[in-house]
Formats: sequence, structure tokens, C-alpha cells
Amino acid sequence: MIGELIKILKITVLTSKNSKEIAKKPWKLNSIRQTVTFASSSSPVTTTTTSVSPPQSQILTTRRSLLSGEITASEIAKSYLSRIRLTESHLKCFLHVSDNVLKYAQEIDQRIAKGEELGPLAGVLIGVKDNICTEGMPSTAGSRILEHYRPPFDATAIKKIKELGGIVVGKTNMDEFGMGSTTEASAFQVTANPWDLNRVPGGSSGGSAAAVAARQCMVSLGSDTGGSVRQPASFCGVVGLKPTYGRVSRFGLMAYASSLDVIGCFGSTVADAGMLLHAISGYDRFDSTSSKQEVPEFQSQFLPMDLFESKPLKGVRVGLIRETLEEGVDSGVRSVTQEAASHLEALGCVLTEVSLPSFSLGLPAYYVIASSESSSNLSRYDGVRYGNQVMADELNKLYECSRGEGFGGEVKMRILMGTYALSAGYYDAYYKRAQQVRTLIRKDFKAALEQNDILISPAAPSAAYKIGEKKDDPLAMYAGDIMTVNVNLAGLPAIVLPCGLVEGGPLGLPVGLQMIGAAFDEEKLLKVGHIFEQTLKGSSFVPPLLPNVA
Amino acid sequence: MSTTLFRTIQPNQFTLLGTALFRRRRRSNFSVRCCGTQTTTTHEAKQPSQSRIAPKNHGSNKLDEILRDYEAVIGIETHVQLSTFTKAFCSCPNNYGSHPNTSICPVCMGLPGALPVLNSKVVEFGVRLGLALNCDLSLKSKFDRKQYFYPDLPKGYQISQFDIPIASGGYVDVDIPLEFGGGHRRFGITRVHMEEDAGKLLHSDTGDYSQVDLNRAGVPLLEIVSEPDMRSGIEAAEYASEMQRIVRYLGVSNGNMQEGSLRCDVNISIRPIGQAEFGTKVEIKNLNAFSAISRAIDFEISRQALLYNQGQADQIVSETRLWEEGAQKSVTMRKKEGLADYRYFPEPDLPEVILTQDYVDSIRSSLPELPEAKRRRYEAMGLGMQDVLFLANDVSVAEFFDAVIGKGAEVKLAANWIMSDIAAYLKNEDLSINDVKLTPQELAELIAAIKDGTISGKIGKQILFELLAKGGTVQGMIKAKDLVQITDPAEIEKMVLKVVSENPKQLEQYRNGRTKLEGYFAGQVMKMSKGKANPGLLNKILLEKLNAKD
Repeated sequence: MIGELIKILKITVLTSKNSKEIAKKPWKLNSIRQTVTFASSSSPVTTTTTSVSPPQSQILTTRRSLLSGEITASEIAKSYLSRIRLTESHLKCFLHVSDNVLKYAQEIDQRIAKGEELGPLAGVLIGVKDNICTEGMPSTAGSRILEHYRPPFDATAIKKIKELGGIVVGKTNMDEFGMGSTTEASAFQVTANPWDLNRVPGGSSGGSAAAVAARQCMVSLGSDTGGSVRQPASFCGVVGLKPTYGRVSRFGLMAYASSLDVIGCFGSTVADAGMLLHAISGYDRFDSTSSKQEVPEFQSQFLPMDLFESKPLKGVRVGLIRETLEEGVDSGVRSVTQEAASHLEALGCVLTEVSLPSFSLGLPAYYVIASSESSSNLSRYDGVRYGNQVMADELNKLYECSRGEGFGGEVKMRILMGTYALSAGYYDAYYKRAQQVRTLIRKDFKAALEQNDILISPAAPSAAYKIGEKKDDPLAMYAGDIMTVNVNLAGLPAIVLPCGLVEGGPLGLPVGLQMIGAAFDEEKLLKVGHIFEQTLKGSSFVPPLLPNVA
Repeated sequence: MSTTLFRTIQPNQFTLLGTALFRRRRRSNFSVRCCGTQTTTTHEAKQPSQSRIAPKNHGSNKLDEILRDYEAVIGIETHVQLSTFTKAFCSCPNNYGSHPNTSICPVCMGLPGALPVLNSKVVEFGVRLGLALNCDLSLKSKFDRKQYFYPDLPKGYQISQFDIPIASGGYVDVDIPLEFGGGHRRFGITRVHMEEDAGKLLHSDTGDYSQVDLNRAGVPLLEIVSEPDMRSGIEAAEYASEMQRIVRYLGVSNGNMQEGSLRCDVNISIRPIGQAEFGTKVEIKNLNAFSAISRAIDFEISRQALLYNQGQADQIVSETRLWEEGAQKSVTMRKKEGLADYRYFPEPDLPEVILTQDYVDSIRSSLPELPEAKRRRYEAMGLGMQDVLFLANDVSVAEFFDAVIGKGAEVKLAANWIMSDIAAYLKNEDLSINDVKLTPQELAELIAAIKDGTISGKIGKQILFELLAKGGTVQGMIKAKDLVQITDPAEIEKMVLKVVSENPKQLEQYRNGRTKLEGYFAGQVMKMSKGKANPGLLNKILLEKLNAKD
């Protein structure tokens, strides 16, 4: 046990300078809030004056340490694995941890020893949401119906990651098929929020968000259909990046709502999320909806802070979406968002308030479209070819029992809603109408993004809530998606990054700021996000260490 | 890899009671190919009226009688399996008759995360057929999902086209064969759309379980829907056979009905002449030959007319009936209770199908001469309708014929040779015209050699069979076998005199009035010339000598 602890400490020293400081001196909620308040003052930003230095990219740090021989890939992998062992019983982020992590790490060490070239993700430990297919590794989408299912192929994103040297640590927990906002709808386990074990990590990519927050892996992949990357990023205090629809191939992503689904990235810094996105982006001939748009080299946006000008974001037009700060949004979230906006102003941005008249229409339209598409996408889980099959002496019974026992309540509810919405006589009133709303939302975003370079809003109306709090009130849970679903309907890229804390949990709860950009302009989001992150005073969003680990 | 996963090829894992399966089928509205025969025997026993209309009892006279009082309204849905190298949405080979489940991949198995990618050949073939059927093309069409559960449908939906088919509003012209009254008819084409085929169910002999073969799943189809323009079984069969000719001329399908490459489902209702509204429509499936189409329709007309005549028109219900070729009758497969709700919605995994006018024009200009144009051209050449229909029926025969007359052969002679001796040879040897060694060039040579008297017609026939079986040239064969016709009167006279002098007895009998013996002499001379004597000259000289007074 003590040996394990030493390893943990070692990894915190090597990979996260901040963790070490926190381990020594636990944060006080008040002091952090003060520093945030201080950062939002309009005085010119020059250099950091606080004790907490800005977060460093895990990917770049790993690369530097490997190339310099400071540490081996195997050592890094071992320390992460033991961290997972120590924390998993409390957090339950992973549904499956790979047996091959060390093997792949050793391969990288051999390459280093031979002086061979290293891929940009060499030795980077990556958590993968369980609805993304990984060859030979269980991929269940958090559903009983796919328990023990192992796909015969890697998703395109996974293939690319492996080619670049990345190591898949394991498969992260999620709401079944991505349907949920808390990860409580997983058929297997409930993931806890590393900031407060009594709270949800958000969802549906809760496992991926919590794993990065708890430093169980360096970065992770999630999927975002209505906010499933951004909302858990906000709840767990990590960076969540939802790319433009079509930027990343969906081949190998188990479909929830095909016209909305995208694979997204989590990291503890904007740079990490951006570099992971770069690795998985690009046209794929196996996905007809993937885009041939060129993928820019994002890395040039991640300048070190000492190269920043005095007003590094001078002239960037930022539109604060008025409708996202109205009634129904927690006052704490509102004030943190306002402070974040002020911080952007301090960086030189031109801040205005914009209105998206169609904003409130998005939520119902989203639930109609997502449910409709999912009712169709989930038809293939019929117990005939793979997945759980319940033996029956009659065909209808086979379907009924396999699906009845294989799917959880939330999934069944959405299949029923979607089936209803697509039924003859209701199609026009629901599905078609929702598509019309979608067009309106696209237009409103387009107009707002002609006037502004980026739009900002909170990522969620509240910080992480208690496990079980909204379990019996689906509408309250759905309402929590109001900040994010419109972005999916419009197919736009958005990034969520932690911008402050509100009261709650032992040390406060993180709040995420959402930045929305024009289609295929992730570059701008990453640039603004990176500068925002690096200049946010006291901006170390590392969750309190677990009691028995600290 | 996929086969190991594909567990339904192991019988025990997919246990369905065959009878239960069928019971369900009858209730359902799903469109499934049916291969069962025991389905509805009990059902039929309750319909005594049918036993009285045995097919043999309704000869054409009786049918004519019926059609004096009733009018049949017939429409046909034709499924054409396209002869593309690969399937519609994946790169699996499109092979008929492969070992079960060897031509499958994650896409056509409907594995989680797999996505369809459209084979552009399918669009090309759709455009070709649409143009050939004189349709308007949709420059912007799309795919939709048609949803129903069945074990042969891996995704739980079929990718098809719903409200915007690739082609619509066309027509097809046919010539009714003389033996069925002749005449020219034009039938409307409502639409042509692209879709994928389903797999096949193999039922165990014991009926204990069924197995799924997915080789056919995802094979591209074009569905052609006709207007309800046909009025008799003959017209319907002729429509179907024109479809077969057209797809074969275009090279989009082998059009083979036995293999299921061309499948016709017939919709039929009758109404008393003078009645404006349509009667109740009945669908007939399992029609594997043109004759089956014709007979099944005549059977159905008689069945419905009898019910009308007995005042039991209310017993004509909307249903799908199955044609039983052995019994020459149709039986109820399932009743249609209300409209099937397939919950169509636009396929989100595939982009719209956009055609440019240039693309369409380039395909239009590459279309071959179609059967109707060919028939009109042959007719204009002066060929009789029977010849026209024969020659234009098979694209290879028509091409052969065109090539022969292209080499200058006389039209009628070329037609005669092809339709008589060559056709007989092909039939005996069970070959197609493409299999024989005879080239159009040599047939033209042969015809010319007979016409100019180089060889006799009889020798011509001998040569023809040699050319068909072994190839070679007419000239070469004439030289090698010394087959040039003897047209020198002096040489023939020599032979005649010799024969006459060698048969004094017969000569005397002839001169005493047994003029029939001329044939005997002619035969002897021909024999002596080894068949090479010009028959006209021979007869002329022989008569002179026989009748000469010496």
C-alpha cells in the first residue's frame, strides 16, 4: 500500500506539478474564489502573479520526458495503472481496463531505445468511452444487451490513435448508449464525481470526464450527441471539446442519433484536447458524413504564456448568449460565467450580448430528433446476431425478451418516444417540425457567428448535482441539456473549459464555460480557450484527492 | 473474423420454431419473401369457392367470358438485383450462390458502429434504368430507412428511397405476341428507386429452428413500380418480360428469375365494367416465371369474378397471396390489416444523392439501343412481327443479328438462319449465341456464298454446323473440302449422261410414263457430284436428257 502511494506521488510529481502542490496544501474554497475574482478584474494581463501556475499539457510533458529519457513509457504506464487501482473502487470510471497497457508501453520504450521515431501520441494514456469500438476489447455502450461484446474492428478514431502511438487504457463508463446526463443510466455501475463522490460526473461521457479529472488517464475520448462531452467536462472541471459534425469519423462509434453524434475529446488542458482532436480528425472513406475539410495544425495555437502579448485576444468578438443567463440557471453559475466574460474582456476581447431567438426551441426539437434516430439505430440490437439473446420458442418473444432484458429504462423510454414521433400521422407534427426548428437554430447561429468570432455561455445550468437527485425526474435532467443541444442541432464546434468554482462538495465544484465557434473553426476555439486557460488566475482545476489516497 | 462472431450459423444458438415463425408472418405487415409451402393449408380449407376454380377449368374462353363483364386492374412491383461487383453499401463481393455467410462484413451484418457507404455503381445503374424507362430523374434524391424487425434484416431497417425516388413518371412500350392477339401497348412507370436486399432465412427440415444467411444482405436492388395499367395476365407477363429484356440490354442485371435476380409482385383487383372505383387489391408473390405471372393473374381474376358473381364480393379482402406453381393456384399468405407503418425517415448516415446534368447526359449518350427501338427498326426493315420479337428478345441474339446484317447479309436470310438452324442448334446444345464459334462475319459469308451460288443451300447447312461447333471460315472450309458448287453445264451434263446410261431399266420405265423416277436420277447425279451440283442446272439438264428422243 505504501509502495503504491509512493508511486502515486511520483506520478503527480512527474505529470502534474499542480497535483503535488495540492497534495501538500489542500485548497480552500474561498481563496480560490478570490483568485478567480481577482483574475476577472480588467487590469491588463501580463504574467502570473499567483502561486498556482497554469496547467501544462500532459501530452507535451510526456513527450518531452520520454525523449529526454527522464522517465520511460513503462514507468508512466505503471504509475497510471496503480492510480487507477487505488481510485477505481471509489470512482468507477472504467468498465474495462486493458491488459495490454504495459505491453504497448514497453514497445514504445524499445522504439526509444532503438532511436526510432515516436508518434505524437507515443506513451499517451487514453481512456475511451465504451460506445467507441475497440478491437478485441469489450465495447458495450454501457448496455446489458452488449455485455461481453467485443467488436472485430477498431473505430477509425482508435485506429488513428494507435497509429500515432497512443495507448488505450480502457473503456470508460457511460449512460447506456449515451442516453443520459449523469452516467447513472449505465447498466453496470454509477461513476462518482472526483470533486465530490456523492455527486454525478455528468454524462453521458461521465467515465471519460471523471477519469481525466482524477488523472487516471491523460486524455480521453467521449461522444457528444446533445452535450455528452461538454456537460461532464463542466461537472468534472476538465476541458471538453466537441468538434464540428463531420470533423471526426463516426465509423466505429455506436450510433445514438446519427445526425448529431460526434466523437469528442477530454483533456486537463485545452492543448491536450486540441492535440487529441488533431489526431483523430479528417475525412474517412468509411463514414460518408465525414468532411473533406482540411485539418489545420492546431498545435501552433498553444503558445507558451511568456509569448503572449499584453492583450493576446485583442479584437476577438465574443457574443454572450443572453438566453443562457436567464431564469433557471444557478446564480453561482451565472456569476462565474460573467466573471469569465470579464476575463475575456481583460484579454482584449470585444464582448457583446447576443440573442438567439430560437434558443428555447432547441431542447424539445433535440429530444424529438435524437429519440427518433435512436429508435431506428437501436433496432439492430435484436438478439439475433450478437449481444444478449434470450432463448424463446417464438420470434416475437425472442425480440421482446432480448430487448426487454437487454435495454434499461431510459433507453426504452427514448425508443418509445422516437417510435411514436416517426409513426404515420405523427411524423409531420414531431419529426418534420423538429427538423424545421433545426433549420431555424442553424440560421440563428449563423447570423450570430457573422457578428461574432465566438459565442459563449455556461456549459450547464448548474454544477454537478447529487447522485440520484434527478433520477426520477427525467424532465429536470433533460432541462440540464439546454446549454448544449442547440450546438449539436447546428453541427457547430464548441469547447468547454473550467472557469471557476461554486460552493458544494468538500472544496467547491467546477463550472465550465462553453465557447461556440463557426463550423470547422475549432482552431479559433482552441486559441481563445488556451489563452483563457493559461491566464485564468489560480486556475488549477485538480479535484481534491480521495481521502484514502491523500 | 466475422464468421466467428456470426453465431447464428450455429443452429442451436438461433432456435426459432418454424411454425411459430409462420404464424407470426401471417399476422404481420412486414414484407418478407416467403419460402414456406405449408403455411396456409388450413386456411385454404375454409375457402371452398377456390377448389372450383382449378386452373385447368378456366381456359381462355372462360376468361374471355369473365372479361366481358369485369375489368382487371393490374400493377407490378419489380425488384431487380443489380450485377455490381460489390454490395450497395460495403465492399463485400456481390456473389450469388456463395457458401452461407462468407460474403459478409461489419457493415452488411449491421454490427454496432458500422456505417453504410454508397456504391456509386448503384446510382449509375439507377440512372441507366430510369432513362431507359423514359422517367424524369431526380437530380437531388435521398435515402430513407424503412423500418421493421425480421431476422434477415440485420439493421432492423432497410435502406431504401421513400418520397424522392431517383426516377419517376416514365413508361414502357411492349408488343403483345401474335398468338395472344398482337398489338402494341404502353404501360406507365410510377417510379424507380434504389434499395438494399435483405438476407435469406433457411428453415430446418424439422421446423425447429431457422438459420440466417446474410450473403444477400446489402445487395443492391432497383425497385420498379408500374402504374396499374395492365388488364390481363398476358399483358402483365409481357410487361415483366420487357423489364427483363431492358435490364439485360442495359447490363444492370442478369434478370434471372430463378435466382431471384428479377422478382415480380403483382397487385390485382377487378371491377364490373362501368364501375368507376377500383375493387379491393390483392397482392400475389412467389412468381418465378413469366408464365406463372400470367397464370396467377388469370387464376386471381377468375377467383375474384366468381366471388362477385356469387354475391360474395365482400370476401375479396386486402391480402398477400402466394402462387403455388405445383398446384397452379394461389393461397392466402397473410391478410393485410390496415396499412403497414414502416416509420420511414431520411437516412442520416448517407448524404443526399446529387446528380449533375452532365452526368445524366453522359449516361444517356452511353445507353445501348433498347428493345423497343430495336423492334421498331427491325419492323422497318421489313421483318414480320414474329421475327422481330424473336430477334429482339435476347440482346446477344439481336447483337449477333445486327452484326451479320452489318456485314452486308440480306436481312430476311440472316433472320431465317438465326431463327431456324442456329436457334435449333443452341437449343439442342443448351448454349447461348455467345458460346458458339460461329462469327457474324462468317454467317454473312455463308449467306453470300449460297446467294452467289458458290455453294448449295444444303452444303451451306453442313458448313454452318461445323462453323458453330468448331469455328473456322466459310472460304477455308469450302476450299479444304472442295465444296464449291458445280455450275458448269458441261460437267453436269457429263454426270447426267453417265447416270442415265448406267440405269437403262429406270430410263425405260421413265419413258413409259413413270416420271416420278426423275427424283431418282437427280439423286444419283447429286450423289455422284458429292452434293455439289447446282440443283437448278442439274434438273434442267436431267429433264432435257430424260426427255430427249435418241
